[in-house]
Amino acid sequence: MASNEEILAGLAEIVNEETGLAPESVEMDKSFTDDLDIDSISMMTIVVNAEEKFGVRIPDEEVKNLKTVGDAVTFIAGAQA
Amino acid sequence: MPRKVVITGLGATTPIGGDVPTMWANALKGVSGAHTIEADWVQKYELPVTFAAQVSTPASDVLSRVEAKRMDPSTQFAVVASREAWRDSGIEEVDPDRLAVAFATGIGGVWTLLDAWDTLRDKGPRRVLPMTVPMLMPNGPAAAVSLDIGARAGAHTPVSACASGTEALHQGLELIRSGKADVVMCGGAEAAIHPMPMAAFASMQALSRRNDDPEHASRPYDLNRDGFVMGEGAGALVLEAEEHALARGARIYGELAGTSVTADAYHITAPDPGGLGATRALKAALFDARALPSDVVHINAHATSTPVGDKPEYIALKEALGAHVGNVAVSATKSQTGHLLGASGAVEAVMTVLAVYDRSAPVTINLENQDPEIPLDVVTSERKLPGGDIVALSNSFGFGGHNAVVVIRNV
Repeated sequence: MASNEEILAGLAEIVNEETGLAPESVEMDKSFTDDLDIDSISMMTIVVNAEEKFGVRIPDEEVKNLKTVGDAVTFIAGAQA
Repeated sequence: MPRKVVITGLGATTPIGGDVPTMWANALKGVSGAHTIEADWVQKYELPVTFAAQVSTPASDVLSRVEAKRMDPSTQFAVVASREAWRDSGIEEVDPDRLAVAFATGIGGVWTLLDAWDTLRDKGPRRVLPMTVPMLMPNGPAAAVSLDIGARAGAHTPVSACASGTEALHQGLELIRSGKADVVMCGGAEAAIHPMPMAAFASMQALSRRNDDPEHASRPYDLNRDGFVMGEGAGALVLEAEEHALARGARIYGELAGTSVTADAYHITAPDPGGLGATRALKAALFDARALPSDVVHINAHATSTPVGDKPEYIALKEALGAHVGNVAVSATKSQTGHLLGASGAVEAVMTVLAVYDRSAPVTINLENQDPEIPLDVVTSERKLPGGDIVALSNSFGFGGHNAVVVIRNV
């Protein structure tokens, strides 16, 4: 079980790998589309990489609800519990 | 009179140089880009051919990591070469609706396709990444180049196996002549040094087996030639309507005076032994350029170094140029670069343009015992081309019976 901080750090690493954005710019209140400019194809790549990293399943219908980085962290933490 | 089309920018990433100045300096000197492949898959699959001509500068040295990971290697090469050509052209502003792309490939995103298949089998469908389709599609290089330079007058992808790169120039010329565009980024890209295509080309006995001596394996016109050497990379040329180039005071390398494309309709892989399709292509290209056989001083031949391929090209040249064929300086640059498949025509066109511009023909290496049935004047050491008005040809032929020829004239 990872803490929220650990999930955020792991997610920031995945986002950096996919988009080149600095990990520290990936903050809880940032919107994936509006703030981080992540398109749907990159978002799916990030989701699949997060599933592998955190050992969880993020259903496709859930992805559209993950508007902010915080939404994703909360979902992953819940799925791990 | 059709609009005159000139060449104002050149780019390349090849086994003998990661940019045009390096490639050209090596081409004039004569070096081999073929080496043993240092990858574990060669041993893993026990490939019968263990060498190839890989790009001398990996695309990852030029592109950012994030940029590269969203592109198949073939597209990476296309972007590297086209950026060099674009910078070289000096174009600062162009109407995007008058700017087109014609960027060819023979095989397309084969690395992406086969990696995704491996991923599907090993890890399941969820791990097949969403960028897979745009990365594997054969129009990937043309699309990426169009995005990169903001070309909105169409992005075309001629696919005709090893004639693809030359056919891109044919398409570019037509786009400008017909008035549909003023500037076209033309080229070809290929990245097929992957175990599956290597196995497939070896299986059809097309590849040289000179595993113990890769540098001497590509030997067009030599009696001991035993097949081609797989190459990879890209070439790019900026074509421009002459009036457009003159209006901005551009440096003009030469004129793309004529092109032609024909089909053998003879056999799916074997060249027509009488070279009829190639002869028609040569004659049509010269006619298109309003050039006479006697104007031709230099040819960058297709000459892949296969036992069956080199001779029909000679027969076609003899038929199209008549007795003058003996006066022409012929270069077989695949002896240095290997065979870049769908990129070869573009890279060789870059060399042909430079040969006319610099009045120097590139060197053919590894010619030790010239096949007596191919008595061409092959350039094997430094050779200057004559002054005055000259014309040079570049030929490409592809599986499927595709023949493509371009004619370059000095300006």
